[in-house]
Amino acid sequence: MIVGILALQGAFREHEEMLTRMGVPCLQVRLPRDLAKVDRLIIPGGESTTIGKLLVMYDLLEPIRQRVLAGMPIWGTCAGAILLSSKIIDGKADQPSLHLMDIESRRNAFGSQLDSFEADVTVAGLDAPFHTVFIRAPILENPQGACHAIATLPDGRVVAALQGHILATSFHPELTLDNRIHRLFLSL
Amino acid sequence: MAIEKSTWTTKAGLAQMLKGGVIMDVIDVEQAKIAEDAGAVAVMALERVPADIRRQGGVARMSDPELIVRIKESVTIPVMAKARIGHFVEAQVLEALGIDYIDESEVLTPADNEFHIDKHRYKIPFVNGCKNLGEALRRITEGAAMLRTKGEAGTGDVVEAVRHARTVLGEIRRLQSMSEDELFSAAKNLQAPYDLVKQVAQAGRLPVVNFAAGGIATPADAALMMQIGVDGVFVGSGIFKSGNPSVRAKAIVQATTHYQDAHIIAEVSKNLGEAMVGINISSLPQEQLLASRGW
Repeated sequence: MIVGILALQGAFREHEEMLTRMGVPCLQVRLPRDLAKVDRLIIPGGESTTIGKLLVMYDLLEPIRQRVLAGMPIWGTCAGAILLSSKIIDGKADQPSLHLMDIESRRNAFGSQLDSFEADVTVAGLDAPFHTVFIRAPILENPQGACHAIATLPDGRVVAALQGHILATSFHPELTLDNRIHRLFLSL
Repeated sequence: MAIEKSTWTTKAGLAQMLKGGVIMDVIDVEQAKIAEDAGAVAVMALERVPADIRRQGGVARMSDPELIVRIKESVTIPVMAKARIGHFVEAQVLEALGIDYIDESEVLTPADNEFHIDKHRYKIPFVNGCKNLGEALRRITEGAAMLRTKGEAGTGDVVEAVRHARTVLGEIRRLQSMSEDELFSAAKNLQAPYDLVKQVAQAGRLPVVNFAAGGIATPADAALMMQIGVDGVFVGSGIFKSGNPSVRAKAIVQATTHYQDAHIIAEVSKNLGEAMVGINISSLPQEQLLASRGW
């Protein structure tokens, strides 16, 4: 099994280093021919407008969508979570999205960089709280149907959600040394 | 649940999210929107691009806060702004504006000839320029959460950015081959703390993200810097001093992502119109070089 990491822009190296430490083979995905070689895909944190534009320009948006609809597991962290959502709030008017998850994302929901933070959050299915890093992070809102929250802040705001083989996290497990969310993704 | 804001991880982490991207200098709302539409990962809000600062001379200062706020309100991507080297009150003002990053920049006229800003005292993260590893490590010690080469801003000549990036990366490779006792001496020569020198020697890279800046004007320039080994690029005058900023900006974004793919770089380099005119750095007198500011 090869895990693809979308490498158009953002923190793809951090995911790659985590997977390599875990002994999991991975491959950077920049073009459709790379996508054909992988069995699952991670969309890293980065700038969602930039990644979205490059997904469209290099004909990756629809192929990724089709692969996921056909069962390929996918995980989006931060910008990646935005790109998975059915609707982007506070985004740019024409911002592209994969529309794969029945949940809405609100960009920069906590404010500017000065409001970026770290906190311990309980994630469903994990034995102990996860130390999370939020950077100009989105929140997830209004999950529908098969999509459900697996982590929330004390005020109830959703920061991780799961819909079958589709995982979204507002935070960045790849910036920690804790591989439990990576293992969760690999179990999907 | 304890929430900790503005930690080192969040400061250095934002720079990690910008990797593989292009940060563009913009002087008004219109340019900021063109940059965002072209796929910039962030914009640097300023009154004059380096080419104009160089041409007009005089003292270059922090931009008008009103301009910075208007640019911040016009885009959804991160906004950076420049403070003068050592001008810790300009930095306080920029932090109060709630932007995302401060560039303590040699492009502006230095406010202090001895001390850089003590960046640990701020909630907002800082990016600093460097010409070599010693400078890079001194800036990190002062609290910089991101670095960039100084290059020679406002010239459109990439030669200094190449030299600075190669110098930093070459010095890191030399550290990796050193024994423990040699590292003590290396720290002394680099004028940097031993613990940080040792950390870099072990990891084989800087503990923060390092972008290229200063003279990048074409998609091939951006890809050149990426292949040399930087994490992303700043483009200052190179976009909005060119014939067709929107097309050139998009091309540089694509060349930065696909920096290893010469076919794509060739494709995006077609029909970009006129590049910025540029100044050959070797024709500049020593006192006009911006990279020598900062220590």
